[in-house]
Amino acid sequence: MGFFDRISEGLSRSRDKFKEQMNVLLDRGPNLDEDFWDGLEETLILSDIGAPAASEIVENLRDQATRKALPDAYAVLELLNDQIASTFTSGGEEIFGGEEALVLFVGINGTGKTTTVGKIAKEATDAGRKVILGSADTFRAAAIEQLEVWAQRAQVEMVTRERGADPASVCYDTIERAEEAGADLVLIDTAGRLHTSSDLMRELEKVVNVVRKRSKMPVFTVLVIDATTGQNGLQQAREFNKALNLDALIITKLDGTAKGGIALAISHELELPVVKIGVGEGLEDLKDFDPHAFAEALVG
Amino acid sequence: MLENLSERLQGIFAGLRGKGRLTEEDINEAMREIRMALLEADVNFKVVKSFIARTKERCLEAEVLSSLTPAQNVVKVVMDELTELLGRTDSKLVLGSRIPNVIMLVGLQGSGKTTAAAKLAYRLKEEKHSPLLVACDVYRPAAADQLETLGKEIGVRVYRGEGQDPVKIAREGVQDAIDNLRDVVIIDTAGRLHVDEEMMNEAQAIKDATKPDQILMVADAMTGQDVVNVASAFAEKVDFDGVIMSKMDGDARGGGALSIRQVTGKPIKFISSGEKPDSLEVFHPDRMAKRILGMGDVLSLIESAVKVQQEEAEAEAAERMLRSQITLNDFIEMNRQVNKLGGISKLVSALPGGDKALGRGEVDTKALDRMEVIINSMTKAEREKPELLNGSRRARIAAGAGVSVTDVNQLMKKFNEVRKMMKRMMPAMEQPSKKGKKGKRRRMGIPGMGGMNMSDLRQLQDLMNQ
Repeated sequence: MGFFDRISEGLSRSRDKFKEQMNVLLDRGPNLDEDFWDGLEETLILSDIGAPAASEIVENLRDQATRKALPDAYAVLELLNDQIASTFTSGGEEIFGGEEALVLFVGINGTGKTTTVGKIAKEATDAGRKVILGSADTFRAAAIEQLEVWAQRAQVEMVTRERGADPASVCYDTIERAEEAGADLVLIDTAGRLHTSSDLMRELEKVVNVVRKRSKMPVFTVLVIDATTGQNGLQQAREFNKALNLDALIITKLDGTAKGGIALAISHELELPVVKIGVGEGLEDLKDFDPHAFAEALVG
Repeated sequence: MLENLSERLQGIFAGLRGKGRLTEEDINEAMREIRMALLEADVNFKVVKSFIARTKERCLEAEVLSSLTPAQNVVKVVMDELTELLGRTDSKLVLGSRIPNVIMLVGLQGSGKTTAAAKLAYRLKEEKHSPLLVACDVYRPAAADQLETLGKEIGVRVYRGEGQDPVKIAREGVQDAIDNLRDVVIIDTAGRLHVDEEMMNEAQAIKDATKPDQILMVADAMTGQDVVNVASAFAEKVDFDGVIMSKMDGDARGGGALSIRQVTGKPIKFISSGEKPDSLEVFHPDRMAKRILGMGDVLSLIESAVKVQQEEAEAEAAERMLRSQITLNDFIEMNRQVNKLGGISKLVSALPGGDKALGRGEVDTKALDRMEVIINSMTKAEREKPELLNGSRRARIAAGAGVSVTDVNQLMKKFNEVRKMMKRMMPAMEQPSKKGKKGKRRRMGIPGMGGMNMSDLRQLQDLMNQ
């Protein structure tokens, strides 16, 4: 399968889903009856947006529908899309926008940090930037080898040490190497850790502090969140934010049937912009985030 | 955001308790809250709907409504229904008589299959089997390397094969087990999306080629509403036999377990919590029910405390404590143990009502850390013999730790109080039941915490808040 096929396939999957949900809501006709509102709440809850947020949105829309005398379900859905899109915190363009930057990727285990680093390395290299990778996941078996493969695919240099080495020292080496080589984008992959493990969170805090002290480039910490994550995602994000003072979010695995509604709650509560989304395993399955498209896919 | 779940439940039922009799309206209100609680725990919307309908019906039965303690009955009904749904008995892994037995693991990307495979192998090895791990993930870079490294760490043979055909590798793996006299084969497959037709067909092909005795799906405890789509797609395509819930060491309530069980009828067999090879535990439906409802899971906490203790048998420290001669080193040790268990907040939240105290900010979670910093600025001699600390030493320590002398004094005051407390507790531990029948109530100790019991822990917590 070619790259373009895969991209369009990834997108069409979410588009199909969007249509499907839209139909569920509009099947009952465009009337604004109880069924419609119940269906809307259900759709919102099923997107992982959270039950309290879902009821709040529905209440709010009901109110507006009456006040503005909205004619039918289409008008409500349009209003809803705008509302969701504007709930996302915007910004974060400076991170991958072309300026010098050092970006640390953090998150719990298995969200797709290494894969995301690989994809961004490729994308930035293709755009003519000088990228250096740092593999600070010295904990998980074969994490270094995994990123190495991505480094080769993207044809960029990767700095690391042996498994079990101090991740902070890997970051230090990476920064030194980046300065020698004149790189303008440094991407550092860190080991996945649960936000409840205070020892590991403290280790990460130290790593980030070392990097912030040493780096001459602006340093950004980006949380990678799996779209399938449920309500616990908010707790994860809060803990990571508390420890590291996050700058942005990346949502991965949006090519499945999960809607990633929890990202809305995180982006809103912690005021973090979503800078990229992942829609597949291929090198080019990384997209810029469009809040309107996301809102559409969320509820239709 | 909503306040903590157990707090809310306690709130409603406290309200219900005030009335002698429940009306249907009361039950409705309780059900609304339970609905929110389950949704917040990521139980699927549709599952919640049918669960609430059924539970409400049972709650409206005459015996619940007219009993003397209707509120408790409501709680009991909810717990019963949840436990029932999760599977009344513990579903252990049953191996067939065929040799080699084949176990196949499937799941989404990043759900923790490879880690679970290694843990399962470790568990089987402990049970005197000789497992073989087969690396069938040919897609993710270095996936086979990961399995090989893990296999080496736990001393289990890994077959990784040549080429890019996972079906062929799986088949060869089974043959490799026969050739090398292994009695269980664990096939680790690539992570795949349930909507990826091609990949799902591949999983089916591996299944057809190796005829597994058990197919286990690995599901992340943090998965949200989508778990239903994932589980039913996997059930349809590969018809798995059971589930391993992974990442249970986090604080996700794991409502997905309920959804999977309800939608596919497949039992949860294991829960996987942590990166260590020995952290695969048998699933207990009753504990999971409590976790989903956000009620304190004291039992699991005690078990993890036992494990921490077993890891480092500090007989010496225990003995010193018995003689009530704890030193500041023990203080640091205690802090590390607490951190290993997930920090003060996890410890406290596992206690009934603990969430409430945490929510109100009554527990200073960083207190122990600050103490550690101060103790680290002391000399060895000072840590062993805190009596040495005079004014000038205290001033030096304060400067070294970047705190004021008052902070050091406060630490010493707390330390002395703990020491006194230990003195009081230890005799009680040594002679458990001397007072005849009435004294037979055994103190429930927390293993690994030097014989402290729950109320002592609370006392300790109070101390730290001063």
